[in-house]
Amino acid sequence: MSLTTARRLRKNRGAAPLQGLLWRRPWLSSAVLLVPPLAWFVLIYLTALALLLVTAFWTIDTFTSQIVQVWNLDNFRIILTDPTYRLIIGRTVGLAALVTVTDAILAFPFAYFMARVASRRTQTILFAAVLLPLWASYLARVYSWILILNHSGILNWSLQSLGLPPPNIGYTIVAMWIVFSYIWLPFMIIPTYAALERVPESLLEAAADLGARRWRAVLDVVLPLALPGVVAGSIFTFSLTLGDYVTPILVGGAGSTFIGNVVYTNVGIAGNLPFAAALAMVPVAIMAVYLLGAKRLGAFEAL
Amino acid sequence: MRSTEGPAVWVRLGALAAAALIAVTACGSNATTGGSTAAQPPTYNIKPPTTMPTKGEGALSLIDWPGYVDRTNWQSPSVASFEQTTGCKISVKDANTSDEMVTLMKDGGGGQYDMVSASGDADLRLIYGGDVKPMNTDLIPDFKSFQTYFKAPPYNTISGIHYGISLQWGPNTLLYNTTKFPTAPTSWSVIYDPANTGLVTVPDNAIQIADAALYLSKKDPSLRITDPYELTQKQFDATVALLHQQRPLIKKYWPDAGTEISLFQNKDVFVGAAWPYQTNTLKANGGPFADTIPSEGATGWGDTWMLATKAPHPNCAYLWTAWVSTPQVQAEQAISFGETPVNTKACAEMEKLSAGSCAQYHADAPGTYFDTIKFWKTPIATCPDGSQSCIPYAQWQAAWTTITA
Repeated sequence: MSLTTARRLRKNRGAAPLQGLLWRRPWLSSAVLLVPPLAWFVLIYLTALALLLVTAFWTIDTFTSQIVQVWNLDNFRIILTDPTYRLIIGRTVGLAALVTVTDAILAFPFAYFMARVASRRTQTILFAAVLLPLWASYLARVYSWILILNHSGILNWSLQSLGLPPPNIGYTIVAMWIVFSYIWLPFMIIPTYAALERVPESLLEAAADLGARRWRAVLDVVLPLALPGVVAGSIFTFSLTLGDYVTPILVGGAGSTFIGNVVYTNVGIAGNLPFAAALAMVPVAIMAVYLLGAKRLGAFEAL
Repeated sequence: MRSTEGPAVWVRLGALAAAALIAVTACGSNATTGGSTAAQPPTYNIKPPTTMPTKGEGALSLIDWPGYVDRTNWQSPSVASFEQTTGCKISVKDANTSDEMVTLMKDGGGGQYDMVSASGDADLRLIYGGDVKPMNTDLIPDFKSFQTYFKAPPYNTISGIHYGISLQWGPNTLLYNTTKFPTAPTSWSVIYDPANTGLVTVPDNAIQIADAALYLSKKDPSLRITDPYELTQKQFDATVALLHQQRPLIKKYWPDAGTEISLFQNKDVFVGAAWPYQTNTLKANGGPFADTIPSEGATGWGDTWMLATKAPHPNCAYLWTAWVSTPQVQAEQAISFGETPVNTKACAEMEKLSAGSCAQYHADAPGTYFDTIKFWKTPIATCPDGSQSCIPYAQWQAAWTTITA
């Protein structure tokens, strides 16, 4: 034993009781590992959410714009009774649902081809193609759609060149539907692909043995098994659309206000934090219900 | 740099919200002291210096609109030369909204900040909050060349005491496509006319209610609107009703100047409310565009350099204010941001930088021109007659959400 090794051993002796303790009580080491991130999560995230909830029951003094800590349900009453906010919530949820359905319909055949038909090489290429747009900035992708959809854009121009009437869908809710569906499509394809890839080939063989044709097997065997993946993907497409407020500003026309836009104006411009908090609770509540439904459909096992 | 960047509108909106606060504070004190003369702000009796400092303190800490003090871009040579001549090393804190400006300036700048380039809607809050103190205009050599209006605009001068030195301003103009409108529209009615359904754009900004009120003040004199920022319930309801009627005409409420430019360029819209910056950019690209201030007049905005009550470097602050008021610096900023300098002598300098720009930005406008511009200020509950029956800004914001939803 050299002198340096002896020194090192002596130095380590101080740490030995702690190591021993961690070894004797395995739960302790997991606790040491988990406490910092959990504490961070509870303190920062849940506390913020709780504060948001609490603030929603307060109001502001219209004269001084200061928050008044008097418990009341006025903000929620306005949100539920004022037709403006019902319209905005309806539009946001409706479009989020429409985008989700659109993406599910677009993603399924694509994911099916990727998972079950394409060769290994094609699969890799397609996978890269799906993920590649995510490398570009969200804004760049939205702006490129503006170039396509506006009045003198590529879409109107191409159709007019073919002698067809221009659709003029720039700055409308249709434009928002297209852009949202495009932007969130990869988030639907990937979980659907993962679910489809996991369907055992033997089940399809069994279906064929029992006389099911290919389409029949897809409908009765593959689709139910892939459904949790689709639902998992829908959590992304639905929640991402529900919370977005940039695309409505850039692509939407008059009458494209989303919940997020109203929250933004109330926080940053009108200074009415309680109302913004109350309105922000709406997507939280919608997502809570949505996630419960998704859990029942087995989406979390598919993730 | 609100004219050229995306968040511009939000910036001004935030500013308004902020101003709502102030104004409210301001009125509050009015109400308690009674009478129609405004109560004096807390710092009104702080005497400004009477002689121009010859030497700075070696540093200057500024709060600005992003890009107003820019070492890397438009001002780089001149900011460097200012620092060299005066020895005032500048540090800059960008603020994106007037709210942020007011927050940063809390407690008189906290002994940290020297000056802020506040907009008209934030000014009163800073003044009545005691965060800024009077300045001696005699120490600014170029002050005598300022447009008369900007020597003492109501948003930065109270009872003859100047709480800052005006910097730049801009009107909200009527922008139109000259192929669709070969002759300039003479009235704002063009953006309320159902004949133009789907062809109109206006800013997505609650202060747009003031533009509609200004139009109504001329169109419907029976409403007796005298100030578009001070509306009674009846006047407000009539204005909001007009904006609801306008809603189907709107292709898009524009969120930033760049969006409005592309809306016009791509023929998505043909007429709308704009800033001179948009017109100039569109014309520079060679398109068939022009702007005008219709017979009813227009709204506008103005920025001011204000001195923090606890400014640690007041000498450098005065040297800076004198420097930004000089014709050449005023002209550089005007061209760079699409604004109009308050110094009338800047006109010649603007021509040197870009021929025709002086007239383009109305930098040579006669004094009567400013009678047609109603400069932004925060709507508050106190009416001109002192009653509390006017509609405050929070309600403007709520109404705007309903109109545009």
